[in-house]
Amino acid sequence: MASRERAPKQELLAADGTPLKAALRRSQTVERRRAFMLVAPLLFFLLIVFVVPIIAMMWRSVYNPEIRNYLPQTAAALQDWEGQDVPPEPVFQAMAADMIVGVENRTIGRAAARINREIPGARSTVMRTARQVDEWSAPYREKFIEADEDWTNIEFWRILKRESRVVTPTYYLLAVDYEYSSEGEIVPRSEVYQVYKQLFWRTAWMSVFITALCVMLAYPISYMLATQPTRIANLLLILVLLPFWTSLLVRTSAWIVLLQQQGVINELLVALNIIDETGRLRMIYNRTGTIVAMTHILLPFMVLPLYSVMKTIPPSYLRAAKSLGAHPFRAWWRVYFPLTIPGLAAGCILVFILAIGYYITPALVGGDSGIFISNLIAQNMQGSSAQLKLAAALATILLVAVLFIYWLFNRLVGVDKLKFG
Amino acid sequence: MALPAYTTRVERIWHYAFNVICGLIFFFLIAPIVVIIPLSFNAEPYFTFTKEMLSFNPEGYSMRWYDALLGSSEWMGSIRNSFIIAISSTIIATALGTVAALGLNRPNMPARALITAILISPMIVPLIITAAALFSFFARVGLSNTFPGIILSHVVLGTPFVVLTVTASLAGFNETLIRASQSLGANQTRTFFKVILPLLLPGVISGALFAFVTSLDEVVIVNFMAGPAQTPMTVRMFSGLREEISPTILALASLLVALSILLLTTLELIRRRNERLRGMSPG
Amino acid sequence: MKKILVLTGSAIAIAAGAAIAQDKELTIVSWGGAYSQSQIKAYHEPYTEKTGVQILNEDKSANALAGIRSQVEAGNVTWDVVDMLQADAQRACDEGLVLEIDHDEWLAPAPDGTPASEDFIEGTLGPCFIPQILYATMFAYNTEAFEGEGPQTIEDVWDLEKFPGTRALQQIPQKNLEWALIADGVDADQVYEVLATQEGQDRAFAKLDEIKDNVIWWTEGAQPPQMLADQEAVIATAYNGRIFNAQVNEDQPFEIMWDHQMFETDGWVVPVDTGNVDTIKDYLYFATDSQRLADQAKYISYGPARNSSASLVGNHAETGVDMKPHMPTSPENLETAIPFDVQFWADYGDALEERFNAWVAG
Repeated sequence: MASRERAPKQELLAADGTPLKAALRRSQTVERRRAFMLVAPLLFFLLIVFVVPIIAMMWRSVYNPEIRNYLPQTAAALQDWEGQDVPPEPVFQAMAADMIVGVENRTIGRAAARINREIPGARSTVMRTARQVDEWSAPYREKFIEADEDWTNIEFWRILKRESRVVTPTYYLLAVDYEYSSEGEIVPRSEVYQVYKQLFWRTAWMSVFITALCVMLAYPISYMLATQPTRIANLLLILVLLPFWTSLLVRTSAWIVLLQQQGVINELLVALNIIDETGRLRMIYNRTGTIVAMTHILLPFMVLPLYSVMKTIPPSYLRAAKSLGAHPFRAWWRVYFPLTIPGLAAGCILVFILAIGYYITPALVGGDSGIFISNLIAQNMQGSSAQLKLAAALATILLVAVLFIYWLFNRLVGVDKLKFG
Repeated sequence: MALPAYTTRVERIWHYAFNVICGLIFFFLIAPIVVIIPLSFNAEPYFTFTKEMLSFNPEGYSMRWYDALLGSSEWMGSIRNSFIIAISSTIIATALGTVAALGLNRPNMPARALITAILISPMIVPLIITAAALFSFFARVGLSNTFPGIILSHVVLGTPFVVLTVTASLAGFNETLIRASQSLGANQTRTFFKVILPLLLPGVISGALFAFVTSLDEVVIVNFMAGPAQTPMTVRMFSGLREEISPTILALASLLVALSILLLTTLELIRRRNERLRGMSPG
Repeated sequence: MKKILVLTGSAIAIAAGAAIAQDKELTIVSWGGAYSQSQIKAYHEPYTEKTGVQILNEDKSANALAGIRSQVEAGNVTWDVVDMLQADAQRACDEGLVLEIDHDEWLAPAPDGTPASEDFIEGTLGPCFIPQILYATMFAYNTEAFEGEGPQTIEDVWDLEKFPGTRALQQIPQKNLEWALIADGVDADQVYEVLATQEGQDRAFAKLDEIKDNVIWWTEGAQPPQMLADQEAVIATAYNGRIFNAQVNEDQPFEIMWDHQMFETDGWVVPVDTGNVDTIKDYLYFATDSQRLADQAKYISYGPARNSSASLVGNHAETGVDMKPHMPTSPENLETAIPFDVQFWADYGDALEERFNAWVAG
């Protein structure tokens, strides 16, 4: 009742007497809440089972707890050390205390493994000393050095101090082929260890190449599908949809059957005397294998958006252009082609995004020269804990690249425009 | 495509050349899939056509690889695992995805663009990244090497397809139908089941099929996540292709091609029914 | 909403039902193929018959260290007994990922009463490691691929003119770098000294570069015999038992080249926190006694790790072939052999693996 009194006279009222604006707003809020409630289960499911794990993975790529957790006193004692000479007695004392705890808890090896990543051989030094240290008493410095010369290695202590940070960019540096020098500067890695920059680059150019091949192959057949009478077009469409619906592994194994040295194509060429037994072509387990198989697998993703756009372009446009005197090619280029750009853009971005993340096909048919960055991520996922973090860093970089393209795609085309089947 | 009488010679040549080019591309698309089917009936343990096969000598053909496949408890167990995983994850993904798509397409949906982007993102994020993230996460919560873990990760992969296809079938949806139904006295539940659902069904079914195929075909995540009790057929195929390639894999591959033909046909039937229902085609 | 929850819940419950109920089960991780078969025949089947404990086999030993590490870090250990290389077992032990083992308490004595700690071949037992076999990695070739005599020495493997064709090598730096140095003229007993230096590493990679274009890589032990059989490769490195298996069981025309074979130990570890320790101990006591180790050698040509097993090794179970000359430990096969240096690879493995992977992908 109070609300009615406050309401100015000229305001419209709803049937129950409340102001229409407020009622409308309220009902809209209710509607909004209802709509959101419908989306909420999936949204929260994805947040928990998808978004949170990805964020956790990103965290892992910078998380560096080994020294801090397993050599805590040493890490603390090193904070005051300038990094010029062999550390003083308190540092060694802390190290001895940490080692005794570490041997007891059997965690010393984890710290040793972390240091060994930076200095090959340091593991042995740490483990050997750790096994003796409980028999020693202060002062420790001389006893450490007596047991192993390596304890006077300043580089070792510098690295220990540097890696006692819990958050480190180390793995991102490695992921782009950089590292810390012993002075703590960021420098390119020695050439023999460089691989990731090259792999990112290869993944990018091969994906562009595969996308371009898909455009070249998809454009003519999409045009044919769009211009044929429905009955024939539907039949031809099956030739696109069947591969689309067929298992990726099936299609990859088909290419192995066709391309390998004892495979169908080589046998055929030998039987036709085009090549001899010793001249069998190597078409698989290399770059060629990856490109051929992936183009085949991704082609439908290019055809379908192109076709759905071309279907909506009336053929009369081309005829009109020609009858107005345009050369057929000019007519096509100036009239038809621009109209297909939305489909082309959708197809290109879709194929490119799928291609740069590919793993299975390159793993099976790529050999050494045809593998992608995903394959190195997988390889590192099965390695040491340092490699696991490197995998997380590589994956994060790839993810950022993909999300950027996805964002671009969303701005240019709109993700809800994606259609299948 | 008959040519009109006024075409020039160049156009004519171009026309035929174009048809030949298209023919070759279609051949490129379909030939690899077709070629594995006869090879799966090879009597020899080879991956290529033998002389007997080429001369259509019945002795060149046999069912031995199908027998090997169907008679192997390991293969059959892994096929069973694949279906357990695919069916469970499809049911969950379809339910979650359909409801979400209904919400997403309400006119008052807040933050629609952002939420859509999140819901679709599992389709865009490379599988190896999803695998890397989920592998550690599920290990931590005790779900690695379990069916629930694998199923949940496949639900993640499947929902975007359901959201997209249901959204697409809602696009042609006429809001007045709901009002008409309600003004004729139907309550909300009745309206949903009698009006909305039948129109939605094609989208739901094709979304479900996508989710099903996605799960059935998935290798990367299960390769990291499945223990021996859950090993699905794709993992067995993948390691088979890496290690000792045997035509048994081709037998399974041929069966999978048959399955995709079945799915394709189902989808086509749905599409036709859908068009008829909406009066888009004379049927 | 409610309905969905119910649906989700029940689907998960159904699936979970399949996953629980594992108390009388052991999950044993091994290498797959012919090797796992020999373990199943010699250890698992008799054990299941004796105790009723079911054994699940998982072929993940190629990534065993990473697998144990991630399971232990996640606090969710599903593997009970893991077959792994001695070098990896050493690292796992240092990092506290596997149980320390009191050998005389856990393991059966020899038939004559010698305690286990003295019965195993010297240097093979580790604080967390129970050795099963000594095995060799060496080159093998398909005799049909060469007109005359096949390659006889490591130098021959590098001789692309005399022995043209593809080589299949394992995609790890271990052993390949050693052989590259041997091919480059380094003495067998100096290999690890040289390989510990920057120049030595450069030298080994430079030597590998010479054949890189003719190399395909394998990752699983089952692959090289397959590659030789298909002549995808004409020479391959392989585990000696796999080649033996192909020779004897599949009549493949393969020949082993024992020159500079590298032998190492492979055996069991037990991850920490498995919860199943009593069953595991019982299994290991049974599966590593003198008779069982000798039995395994009936199925595959790996040398048993117990001294007391040697005299019990007989003939091949199916073909009756005398196993002794096929053992990597038989004297004529050991002439030029290099013992694999576990400590060296624990120290330099990370760095060399990284360099090797970069080299392969580059």
